[in-house]
Amino acid sequence: MLSIQKCNEKTIRMNNRAVNNDAKSSNTDRKTVDNSTTPLLNVHDLSVSFTQYTRGLNQKELKVITNLNVSINHGEILAIVGSSGSGKSLLAHAILGILPANVIISGNMDYKGVSLIPKIQAELRGKEIALIPQSVNFLDPLMKVGKQVRSSVNNGNATKIQRNIFQRYNLEDKVDHMYPFQLSGGMTRRILVSTAIANEAQLIIADEPTPGLDTGIVNETIRTFRELADKGCGIMLITHDIETALKIADRIAVFYAGTTVEIAPVEDFSGNGNNLRHPYSKALWKALPHNDFRPIMGHQPPPNRLPKGCLFAPRCDKATVECHDILPKASSLRGGMVRCIHAS
Amino acid sequence: MHLEGRNIGFRYNKSDWILRNFNISLKEGEVIGLIGPSGCGKTTLGRILAGYEIPQEGKVTLDNIPLPTTGIHPVQLINQHPEKAVNPRWKMKKVLDEVKELDEDILIALGIEKEWLNRWPNELSGGELQRFCVARALSVHTKFIIADEMTTMLDAITQAQIWNSVQEIAKKRNMGILVISHEHNLLKRLCCRVIDLSI
Repeated sequence: MLSIQKCNEKTIRMNNRAVNNDAKSSNTDRKTVDNSTTPLLNVHDLSVSFTQYTRGLNQKELKVITNLNVSINHGEILAIVGSSGSGKSLLAHAILGILPANVIISGNMDYKGVSLIPKIQAELRGKEIALIPQSVNFLDPLMKVGKQVRSSVNNGNATKIQRNIFQRYNLEDKVDHMYPFQLSGGMTRRILVSTAIANEAQLIIADEPTPGLDTGIVNETIRTFRELADKGCGIMLITHDIETALKIADRIAVFYAGTTVEIAPVEDFSGNGNNLRHPYSKALWKALPHNDFRPIMGHQPPPNRLPKGCLFAPRCDKATVECHDILPKASSLRGGMVRCIHAS
Repeated sequence: MHLEGRNIGFRYNKSDWILRNFNISLKEGEVIGLIGPSGCGKTTLGRILAGYEIPQEGKVTLDNIPLPTTGIHPVQLINQHPEKAVNPRWKMKKVLDEVKELDEDILIALGIEKEWLNRWPNELSGGELQRFCVARALSVHTKFIIADEMTTMLDAITQAQIWNSVQEIAKKRNMGILVISHEHNLLKRLCCRVIDLSI
């Protein structure tokens, strides 16, 4: 296990070296760029694979994220939308460096222009980068929730900060002294959001923070995110629910089968979706209940059965012979990004 | 067919009443929505109608006869989290075999692929697994479906796929559906009327 981990560090370091070389060559450009224009987080060509044992000592590699690019600026909310199994949570875990040991990562991730190597990830997580986890199982089952939230406060009076946040989310005084098993699903979600707000992180990664919550609490959570972003925080909102994303995000990245197929400003998700760039984003938009509610056929391919060319080609009505052969490169189009050779 | 809950009162142990003097009626072929803040008793009501909980007050009847306590239940509940609703140690084929009288067409209508039958639940995505939970609920004896946040955890395309198939099957068999959800747009699209529990 340890040796694999070391190996990982080595691959990451090697990538970093490559980046440093690039940086040197473009040193003059770097100097002119001040802090406000460097993205808070930049993920470039990230690929993640798991090594699995098949039979005996034979191993195989399972690629779950392929050549993924995203970036988040200060004060921006980027929503990552995609169906389950598209690699959204894995991206979050990769940024924080909390993936299991049998994982091989390639590509690079920069936080404020500094490469996220495991040592730096360990220093930053829980302080500058916070995660609102997807599963309610992430809370400590044996610690009262008030204490859990207080323990993540980095500056100021922990009790006061925790109480203020709880009040905001309609959590009564008695909730401070409850254990996770005594809370309802909605309350647990609010506790998870509270822990991230309490530690005043610069980058918040929220992994499905709202499903199963009623409209009032969803709106309160969304308002909190907006306020944090307006203070200069970067927020990555991971969700399968495009409607929540539309209410709050500045840009939306659409995930499909482990890669970003499109990054679009939120305004493009309107009308009949003609401003969208990728056929999958269009299909997603048209399937919403307040639009056509008409789905396209088929299913997202699992990681062990990825098609050779464009990952969406088997379900795409615009697909041509080239689509089935080569994975299209990410290209900029109308202030966004798209990975489709037919996009215009 | 007429599913009716009359003067239903329910509480867990000695806590406050979650539901009191609550009346609901659902006719065959009818699609009704149920909305309300979390903790107001939506799921509890679904469980009562499907026979998982017995109300302390009032009664649930199907065509004026109390719900049966043995055999295949005519009111079937579909949950929000399919991974919690199937046995993790059973292959999907066995999960479906539990339903003795299942129409082959249903598997096709729901887009369940033959190859999935030989997989374990953890080898399927949430959307794929939820299709099995829907198929499992649709034996020939099913008259009513309670869809408790059935597609909340799924993406828009999968949600539309599953709902389109369910609507079609329900229409063909003249089944009634109670849709429990937080999403106004979804309820507006599916239901002829919506009950708001917060009022």
